Amino acid sequence: MKYMMLVCTDLEPDTDKENEPDIDVWVAENDAAGRRVFGNQLAPVSAATTVRVRNGRLLVTDGPFAETREVIVGFDLLECADLDEAIEVARAHPMARGGRLELRPLADFEQ
Amino acid sequence: MTTAHPAVAEAALDAYPRIVAALIRVTGDWTLAEDCAQDALAAAVERWPVDGVPGNPGGWLMTTARNRAVDVLRRATVEQRKLRELAMLTDFTPPAAVQEDVVDDRLRLVFTCCHPALAPEAQVALTLRTICGVPTADVARLFRVSEATMTRRLTRAKTKIAQARIPYRVPRGAALAERLPGVLAVLYLLFTRGYDPGGEPAFADEAVRLARLVHELMPAEPEPAALLALFLLHHSRRAARRDADGRLLSLDRQDRGRWDSAAIAEAVAILDRIRADGPYALQARIAACHATAASVESTDWARIAACYDALAQDEPDPVIELNRAVAHGYAYGPAAGLDLLARARADGALDGDPYAVATEADLTARGGDPARAAALFRAAAALANSEPERLALLERAAELS
Repeated sequence: MKYMMLVCTDLEPDTDKENEPDIDVWVAENDAAGRRVFGNQLAPVSAATTVRVRNGRLLVTDGPFAETREVIVGFDLLECADLDEAIEVARAHPMARGGRLELRPLADFEQ
Repeated sequence: MTTAHPAVAEAALDAYPRIVAALIRVTGDWTLAEDCAQDALAAAVERWPVDGVPGNPGGWLMTTARNRAVDVLRRATVEQRKLRELAMLTDFTPPAAVQEDVVDDRLRLVFTCCHPALAPEAQVALTLRTICGVPTADVARLFRVSEATMTRRLTRAKTKIAQARIPYRVPRGAALAERLPGVLAVLYLLFTRGYDPGGEPAFADEAVRLARLVHELMPAEPEPAALLALFLLHHSRRAARRDADGRLLSLDRQDRGRWDSAAIAEAVAILDRIRADGPYALQARIAACHATAASVESTDWARIAACYDALAQDEPDPVIELNRAVAHGYAYGPAAGLDLLARARADGALDGDPYAVATEADLTARGGDPARAAALFRAAAALANSEPERLALLERAAELS
């Protein structure tokens, strides 16, 4: 089961700085276990470009698709047995404390 | 449950959640499981008055529901594996000694319905619908929404379980300790929904039944046992809580002879076996002090105060602080209560809370200032959340004037 994990900032990060996980350790562990298919940090929102087509016309605008103070800063594609395993992988990511993680299963057209 | 026949209703109480839980495990299809369990009950209502009640009513219901599921799935040309597993679901009479590593399907169902990835209200609704078999229309009434809205919410929850692949499993070890409070919170929410003024007692009954089920399925866990005890103790007062006009009566005005002594005895026996007190055990011990006292005066208020001290230390909460002030007021005098009340209100969390004002009024009355106490009771009445509460508070004011 594949889950896209969207890594977002949060206006209220955890203030507890004890035992903060290391992102390199997280990546190495989950890559080795085959739970992380692929992932990357994203360049800042200032580099974002939004593309739309309306009535056949191309509209290209500067910035992300939604102007919010919380932004997606990275993503990881996970391969997990079920949601509980994905939650365990997400909780160990440093941004579970510094921001928030959204787990979205990939659409399954077999179901 | 939709059963007119008493023997069917009795068998269904135990059999319904077992059937739904087993069919979900094998088929993974929640709606199919519910439909087949309901069909089996309908068949029983039709057949049992004619053929007589079968020797093993639960087994009869399970077999009927299973056969129905096989029929439906055959037509849907489902994988052979599921059909083979279904064929193995026969008599589900549990072995006398339940093996530790064999997880009861009903417990899987409880943990899945109460999964934190579902919205809190959806957890309660799904639990009622799937485990208790409460009709969707009745679940809708509990949440004061239309049946169509509740149907959509239940469908959305079931879709999320399938799409996000929420596992049908009881968590183990550290994960169990993390998840169990969430399960108990769902039962607690259900109980208070049924028990609150204006609530429906039938839902409190369902909560008691569910707590008993979870306790039976996890006998070694102290908090489900404590929650069952807590429910039983609150529920023991259901016949004495209101006067003839339906107004809520405070503990000191209730006829203690009308409290359910069997329920109280069961709860006390459960609490006697608990060694490590969590939040529900502390609350249950407080309720037990009330339930076993002959009067308000002879209540063990020092014990209650100590339990509130422990609760307050566990989790700072304005309502606990308020009740702690009440307990200290009885145990160590009105001045002690007023002192704690002032501290509980210092951060403004209890501003506009009718119980906080009523507590100050009561402590003030007992401290010997009836005029000020009456004014405070009237102020509390103005803040009251319901008509019966308002009337009860005004009555207290009138008695003091």
